[in-house]
Amino acid sequence: MNALITISLLALFILYLGLFKAYKALLPVTLLGLAGAFALAVSEWNSFPTPIFSNMMLFDNFAIAFSGITIFTTFLVLLLSKGYFERISSNVAEYYALILFALAGIVLMVSYHNLSMLFIGIEIMSVSLYILAGIKKRDFSSNEAALKYFLMGAFSTGFLLFGVALLYGASGSFDLEGIRNYIVSTPKPSALLYTGIILILIGLCFKVGAAPFHFWTPDVYEGSPSLITAFMSTVVKTAGFAAFLRIMLNCFAPKQEFWIPVLVTIAALSLLIGNVTAVYQQHFKRMLAYSSISHAGYMLFCVIALDGSSDNALFVYAASYSVASIIAFGVLIILQRQTGNDSFDSFNGLSKKNPFLAFTLTIAMLSLAGIPLTAGFVGKFMMFTRTLATYHTYLVVFAVVNAVIAIFYYFRVIVAMYFKPEERTELIVPAYYKIVLAFSAVATILMGIYPHFIAGLI
Amino acid sequence: METVTQTIQGVPLNHYIILSAVIFSIGVMGVLIRRNAIVIFMSVELMLNAVNLLLTAFSAYRGDPAGQVFVFFIMALAAAEVAVGLAIIVMIYRNTNSTDINVLNRLKW
Repeated sequence: MNALITISLLALFILYLGLFKAYKALLPVTLLGLAGAFALAVSEWNSFPTPIFSNMMLFDNFAIAFSGITIFTTFLVLLLSKGYFERISSNVAEYYALILFALAGIVLMVSYHNLSMLFIGIEIMSVSLYILAGIKKRDFSSNEAALKYFLMGAFSTGFLLFGVALLYGASGSFDLEGIRNYIVSTPKPSALLYTGIILILIGLCFKVGAAPFHFWTPDVYEGSPSLITAFMSTVVKTAGFAAFLRIMLNCFAPKQEFWIPVLVTIAALSLLIGNVTAVYQQHFKRMLAYSSISHAGYMLFCVIALDGSSDNALFVYAASYSVASIIAFGVLIILQRQTGNDSFDSFNGLSKKNPFLAFTLTIAMLSLAGIPLTAGFVGKFMMFTRTLATYHTYLVVFAVVNAVIAIFYYFRVIVAMYFKPEERTELIVPAYYKIVLAFSAVATILMGIYPHFIAGLI
Repeated sequence: METVTQTIQGVPLNHYIILSAVIFSIGVMGVLIRRNAIVIFMSVELMLNAVNLLLTAFSAYRGDPAGQVFVFFIMALAAAEVAVGLAIIVMIYRNTNSTDINVLNRLKW
């Protein structure tokens, strides 16, 4: 609760700092504020078991856990932003403020208890991101990413809202509890309800980038500045799935037999399209975009096998995916800035000149591929066991086949770094990057070896 | 206010639902078929307004103000979206002298 207020006020404060040209203070103040917001969020553990603000918000442990992980990941992304925005424009305060506003929307998205709050949270986040995607005003691909993201985002919001309106027509309430009561108490609900559920599913699948609603993802991820892509593919994706899981868990759970076949299809399509297309990519950033589609498929598993511990599985998966992606994008930013290229060939021989970069990136790739002793393995393991427990055997078999395909393109980077010698100059790694990369790599390994630290958290 | 609600209730609810669904579908088709960024944008607004109409109708029929309050939220946030969206379109127009989305083909796999 206090975390949300802190983040919103912090964003306004940052705008004032920009107004008074205190550019040196921007990053430290933002980081300090985020650390404060994180502490406030964690300190409210177990303190709001019931909805607050006239049933608008619910700051239960689910909300706190996902607020915590999104705030923390934003913190890491912002550490990477040292000196990043200054290269794009001289008005840097707005960029920090926009990221913080997006984060405020995200905190709203993970803690809503009323569909109006879900809508407002998604909009606050999306509108900030539309601008962030296009901050390179002269760069053509950044423009294109902003327009595509904007049009697709507004389009998907339309679906979400139509679904919300139909649910309201059927149940007479925007409250998650109210809709659930209607579903439970009415043996034969009207057709409006079913149409509403499908439309909300479509809207949310657009937002999280699951196939067949994924077509904007690669273009937007590739065109946006790499730092913003890092933010989108970690924080925004986590928030989207938290919102998804929350509405499914608290609202639509009694109608499982209706929407599970739909979601199984979407998850299988995401895995297939994401992995197979990623194999054909020649550029690291675009490969990461397609791999994010396939990870969206894995994360849908926790919604398919819906029960009281789905949130734990999603939390572990999102945490492992976020830290590994941060490493990948950190290395990508360094590489793009100093070589101007992000094709797989530009990784050749990296291990000789930059053993640290190569090593952390290797850990990240292993974790994304789901190799044991990394966090990614624990995440996948939890998803698969839960899905097996609900007798979706065919889906797990399909997912394992896809995980094997994924190893191919993740290992391509490792092979390029270690086994393809090439003369190259050493990349300069700023101190901030070293801290973030080292921390994320250690976190990935620790979560892989001692998963019970976070596995039973919520 | 009473008379407004009664007037709205003078038309069967199903008619409102069908009308909104038709307007919404026109909006969706517009987004999928048209090639001009501004027209696509207008189609999106059409989708949102179909939602507004539907919410108002349900709200009047149930005598519950929550639906109408939601309409205000949608209007306010749609306005914010318009401001950002038009700015993005202007930015593109400055760089390409066109608002046709077919010129946006730099990013392909």
